[in-house]
Amino acid sequence: MTEITGLSDKILGWFGTPEPASLQRSKLLRSSLTTPYNKGHHYYALFTAYATFLVIIAGALVTSNEAGLAVPDWPTSFHTFRMPRMVGGVLYEHGHRMIAGFTILLTLGITIYTLLVDRRGWMKKLAIAGFLTIIVQAILGGITVLNFLPPAVSTAHALVGQTFFCIAVAIALLTGRKYAGEVEKTAVDRRKPSLIGLTLLSVLVLYVQLALGGMFRHKGMSWEPHVFNAIVVAIVLTWTSIRVLSYYSQVEALRRPAVTMLGLVMVQLCLGFISFLTKVVWGKDAVQPMPMMVWSTVAHVAVGALLLATAVVLAIQAWRHVPVLSEEPVHSTKAVIA
Amino acid sequence: MRTTIVLLAALLLCFSACTSKPSSNQEQAANPSQQAKAVDPETAANITGVVSFQGTPPKPRKIDMGQDPACGTQPNYDESYVVKEGKLANVFVYVKAAENIPAGPFVAVNVTRPIEQQGCRYHPHVLGVMTGHEVTIINADDTTHNIHPMPTESKQWNESQLPKAEPIVKKFDKPEIMIPIKCNQHPWMKMYLNVVDTPWFAVTDENGKFELKGLPPGDYTLAAVHEKLGEQTMKISVGPKDSKTADFTFKAQ
Repeated sequence: MTEITGLSDKILGWFGTPEPASLQRSKLLRSSLTTPYNKGHHYYALFTAYATFLVIIAGALVTSNEAGLAVPDWPTSFHTFRMPRMVGGVLYEHGHRMIAGFTILLTLGITIYTLLVDRRGWMKKLAIAGFLTIIVQAILGGITVLNFLPPAVSTAHALVGQTFFCIAVAIALLTGRKYAGEVEKTAVDRRKPSLIGLTLLSVLVLYVQLALGGMFRHKGMSWEPHVFNAIVVAIVLTWTSIRVLSYYSQVEALRRPAVTMLGLVMVQLCLGFISFLTKVVWGKDAVQPMPMMVWSTVAHVAVGALLLATAVVLAIQAWRHVPVLSEEPVHSTKAVIA
Repeated sequence: MRTTIVLLAALLLCFSACTSKPSSNQEQAANPSQQAKAVDPETAANITGVVSFQGTPPKPRKIDMGQDPACGTQPNYDESYVVKEGKLANVFVYVKAAENIPAGPFVAVNVTRPIEQQGCRYHPHVLGVMTGHEVTIINADDTTHNIHPMPTESKQWNESQLPKAEPIVKKFDKPEIMIPIKCNQHPWMKMYLNVVDTPWFAVTDENGKFELKGLPPGDYTLAAVHEKLGEQTMKISVGPKDSKTADFTFKAQ
């Protein structure tokens, strides 16, 4: 595909035609992507992303164990900042708060680190956006506890949490050695819908699915919309992955997230089915959260977060490696030939 | 000068009378039993009954309390269906509507028992209380509990109660049937509170029996409500000094 792009550029050069405007834009954007690789920065960003994933698992454990109101106040726990007795629902709710608090500190750290070492202006903005997102997330956590878990607020808490996870993963990706030093293998995408369009559609349908799942989990909606939208998600994500594997499999940065996404879709569908059985079919009259229901739903949330983050990574890599060639310069080329 | 002093004293008296002393209306609102009427014991009637369960009840499920060692080792079972020899316990029976009786409100005829948290269970599992009357909540356990009523007609609240702490005393001002009360620290802990405007209510005992005492003669609609099986109603008329029977039967679902 790189060869194709090179050839098209040469042909355009013979006719004295300027580079397509979209490619120029793309090159300009890519030139702003460079910064010296900083191992400490990258590893810190990776650690923050892992910690965020842990917060998501801890949050899922809170909901699955019906422990969202085990600590009735916020930001204190039982009107103090001292450690409470970690039993029953308090173990999950206070544990979630502790890991989340630690992640806020990590995020503050990565923001300052990025402002200090990263040359890219948009990267600094991304780090600041990440910090603001986790602050909003913490406030949403407090609002939902103080208002007895309204489904809309609890779902917003889930959405913003996963958005922050995507930002943390993006920062880890964009500070990586490969991202800083890799020679780009640009391939031009002339298909419709474009690959970048498909990856963005994947992110969108995953967000919708997350919102529907959150509303169901927080008792604001029945299970049907979430289950039916799972079919849409499976189709869109499979389509996106197959597009990558069919046309861009030689680009490792695209192939790996596409294969991961395809694998995660299958795992997620299985986990969704098990969660449906344990929560809706077998567990509807359960007297307490059953271990099988807890672990299947927590795994479903965790894999959902990984799936969303993978879709975001794929979108970033598609934007980087496969610029969309608009039709405007093609017309101008024809005009010159004529 | 003297006139000024007298005027000032009169103003002060007026001010203190307006601010420090509650009006008779306020006093009555604080203690609803003061304005309530007692039913004439010479004409008061009683209704007794038994609530039966038809079919095979679900087997009581054992609760795993391993999350908190302080809950103790006494076995704890789900109390959704407590059936003994075909008789159903924990059914709330109350007067849903009344006609041809004197205007209320009426004096409470039952003493509302406290809610006790013991062995990480609520005792009792179903409770009734009149609107505006106090409910006392006791924590007899060596662990902290949360008391979280979830009414739909009034505001929720969620308070934690330390081990063997002072009782929490609350009032419920709006009538509502089967308000779930949960402990969010121990997710299996659940009970139901019923808040009603009239004093004629009861909860069936382990033999499915209930008794509504001290009803004025009139026409009543009785309702029997179970947390899983829903509501059944029955119309019944009682005359002076009557002792009537009203039995209900719930079928397995």
